Amino acid sequence: MWDYTNKVMDHFKNPHNVGKIEDPDGVGEVGSMACGDALRLMFKLDENGRIKDVKFQTFGCASAIASSSILTDIVKGMTLEEAAQVTNKSIVERLGGLPEQKMHCSVMGQEALEAAIADYYKRRGGTPPQIKRGTVVCTCFGVTDEEIRKVVQENNLSTVEEVTNYCKAGGGCGGCKAKIAELIDQVQGTRSAAGGKRPAKPARLTNIQKIQLVQETINDQIRPALRADGGDIDLIDIDGNKVIVAFRGMCAQCKMAEFTMSEVVQAKLREFVSDDLVVEELKD
Amino acid sequence: MDNIIFLDNNATTRVAPEVIEEMLPFLTDRYGNPSSMHTFGGSVARKINEARERVASLLGCEPDEILFTSCGTESDNTAVKGTLAMYATKRKVVTTRVEHPAVLATCRDLERQGYSVHEISVNRGGQLDMDELGIRIDDNTALVSVMWANNETGTIFPVEQIAELSKARGAVFHTDAVQAIGKIPINLKNSAIDLLSLSGHKLHAPKGVGALFVRRGTRVATFMHGGHQEFGRRGGTENVPGIIALGKACQMAQKYMEEENTKVRLLRDRLEQGILSSCPDCFVNGDVTNRLPNTSNISFEFIEGESILMLLDQFGICASSGSACTSGSLEPSHVLRAMGVPFTAAHGSVRYSLSRYNTVEEIDFTIKQMAPIVNRLRQLSPFVQSGV
Ligand SMILES: Cc1ncc(COP(=O)(O)O)c(C=O)c1O
Repeated sequence: MWDYTNKVMDHFKNPHNVGKIEDPDGVGEVGSMACGDALRLMFKLDENGRIKDVKFQTFGCASAIASSSILTDIVKGMTLEEAAQVTNKSIVERLGGLPEQKMHCSVMGQEALEAAIADYYKRRGGTPPQIKRGTVVCTCFGVTDEEIRKVVQENNLSTVEEVTNYCKAGGGCGGCKAKIAELIDQVQGTRSAAGGKRPAKPARLTNIQKIQLVQETINDQIRPALRADGGDIDLIDIDGNKVIVAFRGMCAQCKMAEFTMSEVVQAKLREFVSDDLVVEELKD
Repeated sequence: MDNIIFLDNNATTRVAPEVIEEMLPFLTDRYGNPSSMHTFGGSVARKINEARERVASLLGCEPDEILFTSCGTESDNTAVKGTLAMYATKRKVVTTRVEHPAVLATCRDLERQGYSVHEISVNRGGQLDMDELGIRIDDNTALVSVMWANNETGTIFPVEQIAELSKARGAVFHTDAVQAIGKIPINLKNSAIDLLSLSGHKLHAPKGVGALFVRRGTRVATFMHGGHQEFGRRGGTENVPGIIALGKACQMAQKYMEEENTKVRLLRDRLEQGILSSCPDCFVNGDVTNRLPNTSNISFEFIEGESILMLLDQFGICASSGSACTSGSLEPSHVLRAMGVPFTAAHGSVRYSLSRYNTVEEIDFTIKQMAPIVNRLRQLSPFVQSGV
């Protein structure tokens, strides 16, 4: 059972400012049902440009609901400039802390707030001050490089696992972990703990070594991600540089629809084994 | 904690008062070591033999086919690794996607050691793909391990049929029957099952004791080397009170088998019907016809399981969820995902698992709480159209 503070439990059991606003000035929506949590936040300003009314709706666990509720308390009465300064840390502090694995709930609050503020400016045909969305790194959860940089910076994170706890990036198929490690390195200016352990790719391989390394890479790097999603992969054969695999289970309807599964596998095998490998899928 | 309504009996169970009574002397006055050469210890050995007979009687096997272990997980580990160690030339294991981690994680570790492991898939109803199973079991297969009943959905698998199939192909067959024991009748006498795991704390004995049935003639490597205990097959001074408790619990299970399949089943059905009829947008997961009499797994759309549990907890109602809102983990429950339950519904699943200690009043109280909880969370949910 989670070790929630009384404050979290209070806000979960009796959340403040639940619902919708008839004619909102800004609406922010983040997350999705598939991700396990989602938040819709809306606000209305008074004549002085202060948040007069703010309401939320959340799908998620107790800490997601509590984070949303406390966020509405925090921003009520603020100007949008003030609200834009609110971070996930403010949410966590006001809740008296959150379990490490639940940090993403507070980040979701911050993101919804940012989105609502951006929406406010968009509705007036303007551009919001300094909102950089960046490009998507984690395709499973749609997390961008800017968002990852931000949580790393603001919470002084140093491992991929921490980043996953805070903003979910890397928690789905895991395909973006190397990229996250890179971003941590950029922000922290050091080699990160989790990112550093990638084994060096061997220069030359005998056939036997190649087969072993391909199998290892499939077992350690590829299969766990597929299985997390209800799928699986079998190595059928290796013929020169051609690696023949078969996919089973749910992989066909995988959410990484922009890529074919063989492309994903090929990228991994090239990363860990050899640059000239070509993956072919055996269809039965 | 008083006023607990315990609907989480697939996680663990209350120790039966009769079981406590039976084991208590072995925690106090009768502390002898069953291996000792004096009467004080020897009388304890006799009680262990009695426990072995009681377990064997529940399973319909011989006492010397029962090996006491420290838990269901140890039984599973012994069965899987112990079998493979004896068949050095066979490199393949066939199991299912919906096994408990005690089997699944063990198999995945073997995979790292170079074994090939095939996990059979299940359909939306939770039933195994028997065709795939038939194809996967071959001459190179050392072991087939399929659970008797699933802990999350209660779905019962046709293990006797799979055991026959395995036997015909020369593979050893193991079943994790941790959830089935005491809930449905089992008779190993004329069965093709070679190995079977069970765990004390799922049938009203304490935690930390289990057993592995090893059919005479089945080769299993020693998992715990040490003294000559358990016929030399599992070293270590016995967990005497635990074993005696397990024996008593098995004896009682035999007596209450009828009740599990009448009273408990009726309570479960009452709970399920009560919830389905009072809460909109929910459905039962798993095979409702081939199912343990005590288990109901219900998905509530648009809301998340953990928050349902936390609100039930306020009333002292204990249940569990297939949702896992930890970090970014996409995987709610490997069982529901393997069944193809959409993420959206898997996140909102709740498992209610009953025991013979539950009462009609508890069930009716729980039904009464569910609709307000579900409505409240749906009012919070952005996915529900207003008006609900
Ligand atoms: C199907 C199944 N197998 C194995 C186990 C593990 O048993 P134990 O807790 O005694 O190790 C459990 C318990 O959760 C179970 O449900």
